Amino acid sequence: MIAQSFQYESPGTLAEAISMLNKYGEEAKILSGGHSLIPMMKLRLATPEWLIDINGIPGLSDIKKEGDVIKIGALTTEADIEHSDLLKKHFPLFADVTKLIADPQVRNVATIGGNLAHGDAANDHPAVMLALHATIIATGSGGKRSIPIDEFFQGFYMTALQHGEILTEIQIPVPSAGTGSAYHKLERKVGDYATAGVAVQLTLDGNDVCNSAGIGLTNVNPIPLRASRSEQALTGKRLTDETIEEAARYASEDCSPSSDLRGSEEYKRHLVAVLVKRMIRKAAERARK
Amino acid sequence: MLKKITVTVNETPHHLEVEPRLLLVHMIRELLNLTGTHIGCDTTSCGACTILLNGKSVKSCTILAVQANGKSITTIEGLAPEGGPLTPLQEGFKENHGLHCGFCTPGMILRATELLARNNNPTEEEIRWGISGNLCRCTGYNNIVKAILYASAKMRGEALPSTEPEFV
Repeated sequence: MIAQSFQYESPGTLAEAISMLNKYGEEAKILSGGHSLIPMMKLRLATPEWLIDINGIPGLSDIKKEGDVIKIGALTTEADIEHSDLLKKHFPLFADVTKLIADPQVRNVATIGGNLAHGDAANDHPAVMLALHATIIATGSGGKRSIPIDEFFQGFYMTALQHGEILTEIQIPVPSAGTGSAYHKLERKVGDYATAGVAVQLTLDGNDVCNSAGIGLTNVNPIPLRASRSEQALTGKRLTDETIEEAARYASEDCSPSSDLRGSEEYKRHLVAVLVKRMIRKAAERARK
Repeated sequence: MLKKITVTVNETPHHLEVEPRLLLVHMIRELLNLTGTHIGCDTTSCGACTILLNGKSVKSCTILAVQANGKSITTIEGLAPEGGPLTPLQEGFKENHGLHCGFCTPGMILRATELLARNNNPTEEEIRWGISGNLCRCTGYNNIVKAILYASAKMRGEALPSTEPEFV
């Protein structure tokens, strides 16, 4: 399958890329890993007239800790995330999630920035970033802008990114001691989208009381969903079978999955409840270590 | 508009003029006549088009030729010198019946080349996860895994595992 003809630019600086975006208008698309965009172009579901390849722009693929924040450059690949000791140390869920994203060859190319900017509720990082309370940094001609993750996903394949802006960085608060995180998705086979996926991050005190909770859901809602009632059900409470059960029930009630080849709505709601319970337990186990 | 690119393929530099929409796999097969890189699904699923791009295994059906500008590519033709010794992986696939029809083999071997470059002593489970982006429609996975285990032992200079076929 061959994409419709387009013009290709590979700017060497962010300023150049942004001025190209402004010059070419709505007909321009950013190319990072391209592993969502190129398949869509081959199917002619996307037909941009200009592709602006940002891979030649230096400084967009670092993972670093600055004060209380971990900063991940938008061009960081899934494989870089998989092998990052810094991320492994603070966020055990990245080892869970990267292993389940597509396959090794795709992870060598696909980027975290692209995964988020695509705005697809079936992608895995949106739920992860909701659980981790991340902030998205967008850069445009007016400079940088911080977008809280809760304001980033605005609709079906729609994000808060304005035309002329490029997602350049993801910032995640360094979790305090006693924090654990976990992610799992059920997929029919390697490379499939999630039937349902759940990301959880919990901070526990010495008595197993949950000081804070973040829970994000994958592919069970038109836009990536924070399970707010589930988070509230855990916060300030001791983790018991009852509180975990309540959190799971809220998540299964508050999501809005559609019936498809991966399962019925009822099945997916059940699956969300099961995965929420399992991921809370797994995150708690890691938090206690 | 055609774009001028320079790519080094199997250590030979090539200067090409390509349409931006030309996929890397078509550049390799049709402009350079290196037909060992296969097209299976054309949808990033099967891994038959796997090559090494700057040493990393990637699916060349989902990368534009222009994205490879200035980079180095290794295809199955570039692993062993003409008439020279096979690489441990190629030998492993030969000795362990690691191929049936052979269609997936170039992709499998290039994927496994990166896998063993990262970790020359993988477990069977790590190998199975490592080739999870490559499909063998003959379902010959057991012998493919054996072939990769054989190559990893050979690379470490250890005793080679049995190449007797398993009957299950």
